[in-house]
Amino acid sequence: MANDKTREPIMVLENLSVDFPVKGALPFQKRKLIQAVTDVSLTIASGETFGIVGESGCGKSTIANAMVGMVKPTGGKVIFKGKDLFSLPREEFKELRRDMQMIFQDPFSSLNPRFNVYQIISEPMFIRGGSTPDEMKARVIELLKLVGLSEKDLYRHPSDFSGGQRQRIGIARAIILNPDFLICDEPVSALDVSVHAQILNLLMELQEQLKMTYVFISHNLAVVKNLCDQMIVMYLGKVMESGATKAIYANPLHPYTNALLTAVLDIDIDNQRERVLLEGDIPSPIDPPKGCRFYQRCPFAMAGCKHVAAPLVEVEPNHFVSCHKINGFPADSDSAENRTPLRADDGQV
Amino acid sequence: MKAKAMRFLKLLGNRLLGILRAIAGFIMKLWRHPKGRVGLIVVTLLVVCAIFAPLIAPYDPYDVTQRAAKGLSPSWSHLLGTTITTGQDIFSMLIYGTRVSLIVGLVTGISIAFLGAIMGVIAGYVGGAADTAIMRTVDVMLVIPTLPLTIVLTNLFGKSYLMIIFIFVLFGWTGLARVIRSLVLVLKNANYVRAAELAGASRGHIMFRHILPGVSHLLIMNTALTCAGVMIAEAGLSFLGLGDPTAISWGKMLAEAQGGGALLFGHWWWIIAPGIGIFLAVFSFMRIGLVMEEILNPRMKQSSSIYKIFKNLNNTYMEEVFASMDENAKLGLTLKAGEES
Ligand SMILES: Nc1ncnc2c1ncn2[C@@H]1O[C@H](COP(=O)(O)OP(=O)(O)OP(=O)(O)O)[C@@H](O)[C@H]1O
Ligand SMILES: [Mg+2]
Repeated sequence: MANDKTREPIMVLENLSVDFPVKGALPFQKRKLIQAVTDVSLTIASGETFGIVGESGCGKSTIANAMVGMVKPTGGKVIFKGKDLFSLPREEFKELRRDMQMIFQDPFSSLNPRFNVYQIISEPMFIRGGSTPDEMKARVIELLKLVGLSEKDLYRHPSDFSGGQRQRIGIARAIILNPDFLICDEPVSALDVSVHAQILNLLMELQEQLKMTYVFISHNLAVVKNLCDQMIVMYLGKVMESGATKAIYANPLHPYTNALLTAVLDIDIDNQRERVLLEGDIPSPIDPPKGCRFYQRCPFAMAGCKHVAAPLVEVEPNHFVSCHKINGFPADSDSAENRTPLRADDGQV
Repeated sequence: MKAKAMRFLKLLGNRLLGILRAIAGFIMKLWRHPKGRVGLIVVTLLVVCAIFAPLIAPYDPYDVTQRAAKGLSPSWSHLLGTTITTGQDIFSMLIYGTRVSLIVGLVTGISIAFLGAIMGVIAGYVGGAADTAIMRTVDVMLVIPTLPLTIVLTNLFGKSYLMIIFIFVLFGWTGLARVIRSLVLVLKNANYVRAAELAGASRGHIMFRHILPGVSHLLIMNTALTCAGVMIAEAGLSFLGLGDPTAISWGKMLAEAQGGGALLFGHWWWIIAPGIGIFLAVFSFMRIGLVMEEILNPRMKQSSSIYKIFKNLNNTYMEEVFASMDENAKLGLTLKAGEES
């Protein structure tokens, strides 16, 4: 939980966009694009915890994959430690990428069922080469203790462990090469609620000890509130609101952020995924709206939201929001017509 | 360069050891499974027969000079009698016939496993143009009528089991490659593969440590099932006279029995003997393959195994062979009816 503004940025995304082509049903049909991530810029300072929040399918994992170079962006840059990841020669790219690691959502498909714990955890070290088996074993035992497992587990297989224990194994593997940038892609959402706190605490302790920068992906706002220094709220591939976590929680501006927060606060912990305030499902990211991507479900939508793009605007220090209701329309499209509410019942608010 | 080659060799050696270990593990599992044990015992028996044929067989099966001993019925000196045409000892022929069946079955099965695995892994893991090329080839192979081609090729290049094996392998890898490809597509997106990639793993590392071990169980199982299928197809081809004319095989024994008038003279044992040989060989390999599938896939119900045997035999190649065998049988029957009237 370091909040030191003077720290240098470790990861910068510049106007990152990722489109996935989808084939049309007919061969001569035009190829369509899934716009998984559109024009996302962010800066992650060294040592902080950066949260990415949003509903399923809004592009969180795609951002994570682009950050580690597993998905090639269609536009924009990924700059890690001052180097543009996708313009590096292959060897240098591999070398640099060793400083990043990832913890996966599903602890079942993230461990090879044919490997034992020693083989799983030591694999990155084995791949890097240059270590003797004795060194690797000593290191693995050290890590097992660090993540709360024991030396006895060394030759057991993933099937012998519970979800929480598997996640601990995954964490040990992620930190064996001392990365300084760790992406946790929904690290607890597949686990029993009872072990959430244990795993999160473990991650926090490790961050403290090893001085890592975290990107924390989640759709659980309570978790993000407690762990993250900075955050972005995403909807359909775009950033809706971003800034310091404290500022956003103290003063949530975007209707979408508001909806997410009320959903968390109003409903008891077991049902927190239900979004009572929003009608309808998240629309398809194929051919998303030209204007604000949220307008179809926004209770305050105005006619102009449909086609006038909403830029991110800094409304208070380190707090950005992309919403016409908050920022008003740009001068060239600020007409009464554009300001007519789309939904009659909410128009008076 | 040399160090790299050494490392590659070492890796390859380790992989081979791993595969051997996997096979040993499977054999242990098979042994613990009652049905698998039956299959295993029969296969062992067949292998012993094939290797020690000269010691087990009481007579020289190639000896066609026994004029005095033609067409004998089973007795203690000739357990399954002798052939009507040349006086060869049928029991000895049966023992020697194991060799052709097993060699053709195993060599083909293993070659198909290798070729299918390589093609499937390349198609699935490398993808792109290689994938397209391989999958188009598979599609084309599937529509080539194999039996006429076999007849043409054997007539062109001489009748030999090498030719038969070659043809079996040429047309046999396609199905396996398809299955392996789809499994590889699943495996390569597994998060543990992505974790390895993040750590800087080379394609070779991922292929040898994650992908190949992930498909090895399928390969072993498939080899057993292909062996069974190939053995029955080989019998069919030998029956049609497309095998090596100088070797003794069960299929050829059947053809000789039919041509030599076994049915006419009521020498049913002459026909039953190679039939039992074929049955035992196919049945035992099939059993092993299916039990493996059951072990690997416990959710699958075992009751369907007979149905599965038929389904497995029901591929186009076998169908063609069976169809032509039918034709021949009908021909034989009408001839016989004509003679009697
Ligand atoms: N390799 C791919 N090919 C095509 N489309 C993809 C691919 N990966 C992701 N997508 C699409 O991109 C969009 C964003 O996916 P992403 O996995 O980033 O969402 P997410 O926010 O991580 O969701 P979740 O919370 O379910 O993990 C989705 O609509 C998804 O279908
Ligand atoms: Mg995701």
